[in-house]
Amino acid sequence: MRGRSPRGRLTPYLFLAPALAVYGAFLLYPLARAVQFSFYDYDGLTVGTPVGLANYAAVLTDEGLRDAFGHALVLIGFFSLLPLLIGLVLAALLVRSRVRGLPLFRTVVFLPQVIAMVVVAVAWRRIYAPDGTLNQLLRAVGLDGLTRTWLGDYATALPAVGVIGTWYSTGLVTVLLMAGMARVPPELYEAASLDGAGPARQLRAITLPAIRPEIAVALTLTIIAALKTFDLVYVTTGGGPGTSTTVPSYEVYRRAFELGEVGAAAAVGVVLTVLIFGINLVVNRVADRQR
Amino acid sequence: MSAPVLGGARPGAAAGRGAAAGPARGPSRGSAAHRAASYVVLVVFALLALGPVVTVLVAALSPESAAAGDGPRVANFADAWVQGRFGQYMATSALVAVVVVVAAVLLSIMSGYAFGTMEFRGREVLFYLFLLGIMVPAEAVVVPLFFDLRSLGLTNTVWGIALPQVAQSVAFGTYWMRAYFRTTNRSLIEAARLDGAGPHRLLWSVLVPIGRPAITTLVLLVFMWTWNEFLIPLVMAPAGQLRTAPLGLALFQGQYTQGTSLLAAGAVLVALPVVVVYLVLQRHFIRGMLEGAVRE
Repeated sequence: MRGRSPRGRLTPYLFLAPALAVYGAFLLYPLARAVQFSFYDYDGLTVGTPVGLANYAAVLTDEGLRDAFGHALVLIGFFSLLPLLIGLVLAALLVRSRVRGLPLFRTVVFLPQVIAMVVVAVAWRRIYAPDGTLNQLLRAVGLDGLTRTWLGDYATALPAVGVIGTWYSTGLVTVLLMAGMARVPPELYEAASLDGAGPARQLRAITLPAIRPEIAVALTLTIIAALKTFDLVYVTTGGGPGTSTTVPSYEVYRRAFELGEVGAAAAVGVVLTVLIFGINLVVNRVADRQR
Repeated sequence: MSAPVLGGARPGAAAGRGAAAGPARGPSRGSAAHRAASYVVLVVFALLALGPVVTVLVAALSPESAAAGDGPRVANFADAWVQGRFGQYMATSALVAVVVVVAAVLLSIMSGYAFGTMEFRGREVLFYLFLLGIMVPAEAVVVPLFFDLRSLGLTNTVWGIALPQVAQSVAFGTYWMRAYFRTTNRSLIEAARLDGAGPHRLLWSVLVPIGRPAITTLVLLVFMWTWNEFLIPLVMAPAGQLRTAPLGLALFQGQYTQGTSLLAAGAVLVALPVVVVYLVLQRHFIRGMLEGAVRE
């Protein structure tokens, strides 16, 4: 590429220009504007007044926002940690057993990933409804006492939304971990069994170190999915009952477009972005260091 | 160093360093008990994954009231399409998806080509600028986008819904296409150049045709993300004439307490296009969503 004409030297920039223009105008510029908005008290109609870091302080002091981030933390348990545990057991069991039908299994358990979250939410609303599938099942086995309005009960609404997240993530995590485990040479396990190492020992000494990159990817993807739960909450509970299922992304929407707290909403969006960047960095750093 | 590239902007725009899910091969050992346990687990978890899907399908085929007779009622889909206006919503979604897929994929091919095959000043910095965009969630940009595009008169237009999604997809697409162009055979590029092919001919007549698998994966992922997107169309089209399918479904759910069969039929219609494409071309989906970040 050296010694080109001036026109030749421009070529790469010409190929880049259209992408960069759209990307700059509709992603980078709005991101910068979000940061700018976040330093203002702005209702979306009148001129905003600068308030310094007050909107960020509110993330820590405003009870509604603090709760929303707390709920996100609970959802991470359901979207990320629980699927990781289930996925590890499933993948370890399946990857070395010569069962037929694994490709079909993979297709089926990955399916939740491609269904629009709004559709997922509509499906689970039917399951959780007062006369829905879950309560019918409980009545059928004589556990009438346990039936309730799962999404309308303060005690169960957040876990009920969380279980949808577990359903959504587990297939993805399992498929990822199975791909990682399939890479481990079987001889390692055979040598370990000869040395008298049981399945638990083999998992810890051989499997886990080998699939660390897959675990990192699984954690990153699912934690981000948990932090970005918007459509699911919007359709299943609308943040209720009360504020028991509000989440940060729902607060962004509600504050900006229902309450007219545009500056605060922008600040929550920026915090969410920083969190996602941070999680990416930390998870990848940890996965790298241990190689 | 490794690229810290994991998806935020578009769900699953990620970057796995893991290999694509290949067929799992284990050693031939494994007792009959182990196999039996594996089959039980296989079936139980497959049923758990399918349960909610089946619930909606059954509801979509049920008559609205017991009086309406029994047997599967396919007419629910026709009712959802016309009375539920899902036909209209799906048409809007299709229009938005076509605009986003065509624009995002073309722009990504061009920018990925520049990053993957050319040397120029600022290449690293510009590339990291694109990587940044993969992680930015829609939640962060949607607030200023609404107010700024409203002053430009772009809210309640297809462009207002599509362009922010083009930008998100271009971030991932640039990254994805660059990875493809970096793996193409250098000697092929040199040979084409010696034959007098300019950069445009080299791209569109040589590299794009042989890069069809990578481009297909990108097309499918962008289509899925766009079809399933909820927040951006919700915010950018408040007037309600331009409702994408997921948005129409969410509002239908909120408005009617009756009509559960119609709602379920609508849900099936909304999910159907992506699910059908997934069932036909699932390798692309699984590969694309799991694989992505190559080590640098």
